[in-house]
Formats: sequence, C-alpha cells, structure tokens
Amino acid sequence: MPSRVIEAVFLAERSRILASLIRLARSFDDAEDVLAEALLEAQVHWQTQLPTNPGAWLLTVAKRKLLDQRRGGQRRQQLLEQNRHLLLTDEIVGEDANEEAADDILRLLFTCCHPVLAPEAQIALTLRTLGGLSTTEVARAFLVEESTMAQRLVRAKRKIALAGIRYAIPAQEQLPERLASVLHVIYLIFNEGYAATEGEALERRDLCQEALRLSHLVNEWLPGEAEAEGLEALLRLIHARRDARVDAEGRLVTLDRQERSRWHDDEIAAGIALLEQALRRKQPGAYQVQAAIMAVHAEAATAAETDWRQIRELYRTLLRFERSEQVLLNYAVAVGQVEGWAAAEGILEELGELEGYYPYHAARAHCALALGKKVEARVAFQKALGLTRNRVEREYLSQKMADLVNDAGVE
Amino acid sequence: MKYMLLIYDDFAAYDKVTEQQQHELFGRYMHFTEELSKSGRMKAGDPLQPPFTSTTVRVVAGKKVATDGPYAETKEQLGGYYIVEAKDVDEATEIASEICKLHTWNSVAVEVRPIMVLPG
Repeated sequence: MPSRVIEAVFLAERSRILASLIRLARSFDDAEDVLAEALLEAQVHWQTQLPTNPGAWLLTVAKRKLLDQRRGGQRRQQLLEQNRHLLLTDEIVGEDANEEAADDILRLLFTCCHPVLAPEAQIALTLRTLGGLSTTEVARAFLVEESTMAQRLVRAKRKIALAGIRYAIPAQEQLPERLASVLHVIYLIFNEGYAATEGEALERRDLCQEALRLSHLVNEWLPGEAEAEGLEALLRLIHARRDARVDAEGRLVTLDRQERSRWHDDEIAAGIALLEQALRRKQPGAYQVQAAIMAVHAEAATAAETDWRQIRELYRTLLRFERSEQVLLNYAVAVGQVEGWAAAEGILEELGELEGYYPYHAARAHCALALGKKVEARVAFQKALGLTRNRVEREYLSQKMADLVNDAGVE
Repeated sequence: MKYMLLIYDDFAAYDKVTEQQQHELFGRYMHFTEELSKSGRMKAGDPLQPPFTSTTVRVVAGKKVATDGPYAETKEQLGGYYIVEAKDVDEATEIASEICKLHTWNSVAVEVRPIMVLPG
C-alpha cells in the first residue's frame, strides 16, 4: 500500500479518531501516542490489503494500544468499565456511531477553543488536532520557532489536564459564549491566512483552507447556528476572490480594480445561499452582517455598480454588534463613496488614535487623493508603508506613491 | 476539583468611598460566603489585612531578610481568598465572576488556580 493512501485516509479521519481516543484516554498526549503507533502498524498491514473501513481499523488498533499501555493497572480496569461497549466492538457502524463521532468532534473543538486558554494556544491546538497541520506547519504559519510552538502546545494540553477543562460539549446556557469563542478562533486563522502579517506572499492559502474546513465542520456537526453559518458564508465569499486579489507579478489588486471574471462564481453562489439560510433563522450577528457586505460587493458586475448605500447601512448595523476602530474605518470608506470624501475625512479624523494601524493610513491617503490633497496623500502613503512588512502590500503602496510623483510632480 | 480563588483588590479605592459603602461591600461578602457554604462548594476562605501590613521574607546568603510590603507593587493587591470545590474550570470561573460582581465601586481581578492533588 503506497504511503500516500495511508496519508489520505489519515487526513480524512484523523480528527474523528483522535477525538474519540482523547475521550477514552482522558489525555491528549496518550491519545496522540497510540494513534501514532496504530499508524505505524497500518503501514505494515495495509501493504497487503486495505481494510474495508480504514478509519475504523485505525481506531480499533489504537484502542487496543491504549489498553495495552495501561495493562494491569487500575486505569485499565477503569477504562474497561467506562467504555466496555466501545472497546469490545471492532467495527463502529450505523447511526449511533455517527452521532457519537459528531459528539466527539464537538467535544474536541470546544475543548481546544476553551476561553480559559490563551488565544494563540487555542489557535495552535485547533490547527494541530482538528486541522491537518503538523507542529512544524503551525509554527511556520505563525512565524515562531518550532520549539516555541511545541512548548505552547504542551503547555495548553497540560492546562487542559490540570485546570479542570472538561472534555465535553458545553451546556445549553453556555453554548452561545463558547461557540463565539470557537468561531473567533476560526476567524483568526482565516485572517492570518488572508493577510499574512509578514513574508513574501500576501496570502497563506493553506491557513485560509483550514479555516474554511473548520467552519464547515462546525456547521456539519452543530447545524442550525446562524452565526456559524454566517462565518462560513463570510469566509467563502472572501476566499472566492483569491485569484483576483494578486496579479501575475504577485502584486496586490484592490477590490475596485479586481478582474471580476476571476472570481469563483460557484463559490460566491454557495456563500450567498448559506448566508440566506442563516438570515432566515432571524438571529442576526456580526458574521452575518459582514457576509452580507461581501455579498453586496460580489453581486456588483463592476466596481462602479457597487451598491454603496446598502454597504454603508450594513456597516452602520455592524457597528451595533462590534464598535471597533476597524469597523469605523470601513464605515468611513462607505460614507466616502455615498456622501463624498469630505464626510469620510471627518470620520477618519475622529479616529485619530489609529496611528500604528496600516489600513487607517491607506484609507486616509485614498481620501486625501480623492479630495485632491496630494501632499497629504503622499504623507499618508508613506506612513502606511512604514507600517507593513508584507512585501506585496509594500510594493502596492510604493507604486501608489510613485504614481503620485509622476502625476503631479510633487517635489 | 479544588480551586483557590485569589482576589486582587484595588485598595486605593477604599479611601475614596464612605464607611457605609465599605460596610455594604462587607455585607455582600457575608451573604455570598453563606450561600457558597450552603451549596457545599466552600472549603475555606478569609479576607486579608491590607497590603501595608505585609512583610516579604527571603533568605539571602543563609540569612533571613524581611522587607516591608507585599511581594509585588501593583495597583491590585491580594486581598482575600476562597478555596472552593467545583466540577470544572467553568464552574470555578463562574464563582470567580460572582465575586467580581460583589464589588460595585472598585475593580477586582480574581485568579482561579487549581489546587494540586498530592499522591497518597
């Protein structure tokens, strides 16, 4: 059996198997250990014949390893008693098994995203256990040393074991808060992928893909949550524009100049359908509103046809859920499009404290440019340039400044 | 599981309120402690004297050195503690948030720390 078959099976089933094993072992580390051993065994046994249900095969072997590991001890006895029905069946089939798998996945997700863990630990743990990323890959994605990331993961797992974080699906009254934490982790993963803070490429698509997969996983296993659907719709709609966002030379292309034929229409349609499904639940939230804004952009055949009035209203609604500087900034841009750039400038001036924030200066520059204040525009572009370390964004800003010099002969 | 809840209190705020207000805070604590006991989750708990009464001790080169004041000079200082029995960290942090809510005119932070179970 070629090892890539094993790898493919493993990727598809890994999180489900791991989720079940963690429940049985009551330990992340023990679960990971026995799963690794089961994989080694698979590489030998599957050479001759692939089992009919490779995932179930792996789970069964890993469970046996877990028992072996604890043989003779009190823990084996405990484990046997608690899970007799599971341990003695070799194949898990039927409806019950599916429901059980769903519960296990959700347990793992809610545990990894437990709000008492540091946000970076939540992200790392989620990517490591539910995503398909290795510790090396997670470390690379967040630009930290592998040893630092490994230590972060070890510490998070130890906190789960020692601090009394239960491996359980939260009770109904805690669900909204805990789900918000899960969705936020997924959003942060996507964001890191979409706007890589450093480095050569503008995007890290592997992280975007992982975030999409995770948001889909939430809706698959915990259906009926409007904000979870809103988040998946939002991510799909943003991701659908990926090929138009960077040109052939790897340069950033802003929304207004994107070649809309390069947007993935099928993905946009799927995103909008999902958003409509969410909105019908009448439980509005920030992700749904943001998805609606993306949908309005997506529905415009050309940039000039964008319904900015609707976008301005949506940002106004978003401010009710999330009064952040970033949202105010986007609101200002929408106001600029509808009411003119002088009005937008007024809003931007009120945001004076955003000194260290790159998009703020970029927005100020565009505003000044629209109002014909070329010197101010140049200063703002210069400030923005000083605040981003991303090569693609830097090139875009440098180009903008060069255009200004050529156009108007400032200097 | 047992957790220690360490209450970090802004002591400077006590000088800015009336005795009546301080008295009311004390009353809320009494009531809270009573309820916690009734629910069977209270294992121990006490308020502490203010930080200026504190002494920090080290042994330097084999010699005891006691210095006046708390271990760390921060705005919020350890002002009391509870030891509670809770089924998980969610329950423990919930109790901690109830403690925070007792304080209506100053800010507190409550650190939730699991107590180590020694073998044997």
